[in-house]
Amino acid sequence: MSEAALRKTALNATHRALKAKMVDFGGWDMPVEYSGLMAEHNAVRNSVGVFDVSHMGDIQLRGPGSLAAVQKLLMNDASKLQVGQAHYSAMLTPEGTFVDDVVLHKLSENDYLIVINAGTREKDVQWVRQTIGQMPSTHINDYSDMYTQIAIQGPRAVDVLQKLTDTDPSTIKNYWFTWGKVAGLYNVMIARTGYTGEDGFEIYIPSDEATSARVWQEIFAAGEEFGILPCGLGARNTLRLESAMALYGHEISDTINVFEANLGRYCKLDKESDFVGKSALQTIQNSGGPKRKLVGLEIVERGIARDGYPVTTLDGTVIGEVTSGSPSVTLKKNFALAYVPVEFTALDTEVAVTIRNQPVKAKVVPTPFYKRAKK
Amino acid sequence: MAYPATYKYTKEHEWIEVDGTTGTIGITDYAQSSLGDIVFVELPKVGDKLVAHETFGSVESVKAVSDLYSPVAGTVAEINSALNDAPETINTDANNTWLVKVTLTNAADLDSLLDSAAYTKYVEEETGH
Repeated sequence: MSEAALRKTALNATHRALKAKMVDFGGWDMPVEYSGLMAEHNAVRNSVGVFDVSHMGDIQLRGPGSLAAVQKLLMNDASKLQVGQAHYSAMLTPEGTFVDDVVLHKLSENDYLIVINAGTREKDVQWVRQTIGQMPSTHINDYSDMYTQIAIQGPRAVDVLQKLTDTDPSTIKNYWFTWGKVAGLYNVMIARTGYTGEDGFEIYIPSDEATSARVWQEIFAAGEEFGILPCGLGARNTLRLESAMALYGHEISDTINVFEANLGRYCKLDKESDFVGKSALQTIQNSGGPKRKLVGLEIVERGIARDGYPVTTLDGTVIGEVTSGSPSVTLKKNFALAYVPVEFTALDTEVAVTIRNQPVKAKVVPTPFYKRAKK
Repeated sequence: MAYPATYKYTKEHEWIEVDGTTGTIGITDYAQSSLGDIVFVELPKVGDKLVAHETFGSVESVKAVSDLYSPVAGTVAEINSALNDAPETINTDANNTWLVKVTLTNAADLDSLLDSAAYTKYVEEETGH
């Protein structure tokens, strides 16, 4: 069996003790669901749920040249970040397509942490070394195996974390982070980030098994009064899809460019430094923009669109493909993200998704499909 | 959960209960548990001809699609249309939630199916327990 070759996070035994269904996710043995996808999804939307996201990678860039290196490597403008702030960004190919999407954290002046996807870790680390390894005064460290990363997500996440830390998590702004004592551990990075479209935090603790398991237990003890649930990759996917957040290998890849993916707002063509992919994107922009774009589809007739299903015109001409499709647990409708030619991207445009050889009507709708109520 | 001894089973995880020439078909508890929260069922129409071991519909959970394979050849006599509105009933009680009733074409089809002991063993092997 290939199972022996799968990589495990420090919480693997914890997941198995919880009788989670495990799957191979990009070479990692990860929980896909524990008590049930819908219950887990609803816990995050209505109260609080917890994900082991330790399989994600962490690359640190340090030294007097680190800002210049980050600026060359990533499409967003890191010069705008303050210490303690994070933002969404991406590493691009020279063609302006995606090597990976990332969250960049400015730990201090000349010290940056890039959080990368699990399935692309080795490729990313190699890409970073190849792209900026020769730039002066930057030290590149792959800290991916050093952290257990736990995401506590949902409207009550702040209440759970408050019980475990001496900092006040409610004062951390969205996409900012701080350092605090969590479950007895000093200097834990606490970031108000996540991948669920809900309020929440991600904490970075040492990756030894005993510490990881103990902190996990303490989070659940603290969250018991809120009905806290462990959540798997199944709920992680339905939550991020309702929020129309990109998933590498689906909405973004090395064959899809920034403008096609509608992520231009995170791409600063006007920042002072040059970055990999910039000139290709400028060319695309100057020649009228992309030919196809990512849209949200609501399936209007009976049927569920799934990843890879063809999108057609109403008379059956294939025009694109679903990149992610699923029933929406929160909104009780069936949604999909799909690439279609720009002339089919206007809201309410009618198209069809081919579901088991049958055309099923769908229409272009605004994204995100779900947006949490502002407090 | 036990698999009723009066049913026959397919390796694709359907069950069939036969009474005379009428077969009642559902999916097993193992199938519903593997799928997770079921949200959608697509069934054939009354009068459709089913071919043994070929697909006749599908069951979908939030995360996956699973084709339905007919244990036998037959003609659809009745469909459980209540599942359109309450597909989650299958999760609650797979053994007693039927999908379609068919009039069997050939009773000998049943001979190639697994009995509950053989199916139980088959599932254990598949899950590695």
